Amino acid sequence: MISLTVNQKTYQLDVDPEMPLLWALREVIGLTGTKFGCGVAQCGACVVHLNGEAIRSCVTKCDRANHQNITTIEGLSMDNSHPLQLAWNEENVPQCGYCHSGQIMSAAVLLRENPNPTDRDIDDAMAGNICRCGTYPRIRKAIHLAAKLNGGKGNEK
Amino acid sequence: MKYENQKTGYEKTLILFVISLAITFMALGLNVAKTPSISKIPTKIIKDSLASVTAFKKVYRVLMSPRCMNCHPAGDIPLQGDDSHLHTMSPKRGSEGKGLYAMKCANCHQPGNSPGLHTPPGNPNWHLPPANMKMIFQGRSPDQLARQIVDKKQNGHKNLQQLIEHADDGLVLSAWNPGEGRTKPPLSHSEFKRAWIEWLNKGGYAPKKL
Repeated sequence: MISLTVNQKTYQLDVDPEMPLLWALREVIGLTGTKFGCGVAQCGACVVHLNGEAIRSCVTKCDRANHQNITTIEGLSMDNSHPLQLAWNEENVPQCGYCHSGQIMSAAVLLRENPNPTDRDIDDAMAGNICRCGTYPRIRKAIHLAAKLNGGKGNEK
Repeated sequence: MKYENQKTGYEKTLILFVISLAITFMALGLNVAKTPSISKIPTKIIKDSLASVTAFKKVYRVLMSPRCMNCHPAGDIPLQGDDSHLHTMSPKRGSEGKGLYAMKCANCHQPGNSPGLHTPPGNPNWHLPPANMKMIFQGRSPDQLARQIVDKKQNGHKNLQQLIEHADDGLVLSAWNPGEGRTKPPLSHSEFKRAWIEWLNKGGYAPKKL
């Protein structure tokens, strides 16, 4: 039995401990905001937070997440009011939108650890999140806007 | 009186002996200072520069193989693959060697190897050397690398015993369990460990500069 605390709610799952966390989130719990992209930790579409860190859920086994805290895009805020979500709307960042759950979850770690990131900081944090639509300029703009909306304060883990 | 004179003679000899002994120790002390850390430790060192250098040549082949060198890059981006190209996604070292922000090593590298080709190899302690002691292998000649490894100011403050034990470090061992599609170092771990200990215990000598 695997115990996952996802978005502050605890689930007891009768799954193989080897099952990728992404499968458990999407197929067992039913939280489909997190996306499957490459399946080999190369694209970033599946990023969720494990105890506050932006892990790739497609290669993370449930065993590693057992009894740990997970936050998905659905739990980043309860009412879509996270500065990144507001900024993403304001800048109309997504095109197809497929990669943006992962983009936002990665950006959230950046802003928590560096509330006023430079362009280089954004490159260092976001280079592992691929967007085939090429929305990178808008992602950058939205992260800067979110930093302003947040008043330069990092969020708690 | 004769006895007194004789006694004075003995004393003189003794004083001369003590002075010469002191000079010898001072000279040895200066020599030790030139060869940091390793020769200060009274372990099993039996100095043999020829055997030591011969062993290091084997060690060097392993340390410069992709499985070791890829995480000891000259820059702040790790290397990847058997051709030691820059790691895709350009993750950065960070101050502790564990990456930055959403690009920390453990975000992709799991406690064990992920199955399949082109998946991240794993270890619970996956990291680069920290920013304040980069322990660079890439581009180092045998002479440079040997000197670097025995220098506590460049080797993570390891003494001889700790260097020897490092051969069995979990992350070092993972070089021989590299995951699918990656070649292993050119020697087996036991051959490497034997050469590593031989090199250090025979004095940790560096090969001559090329």
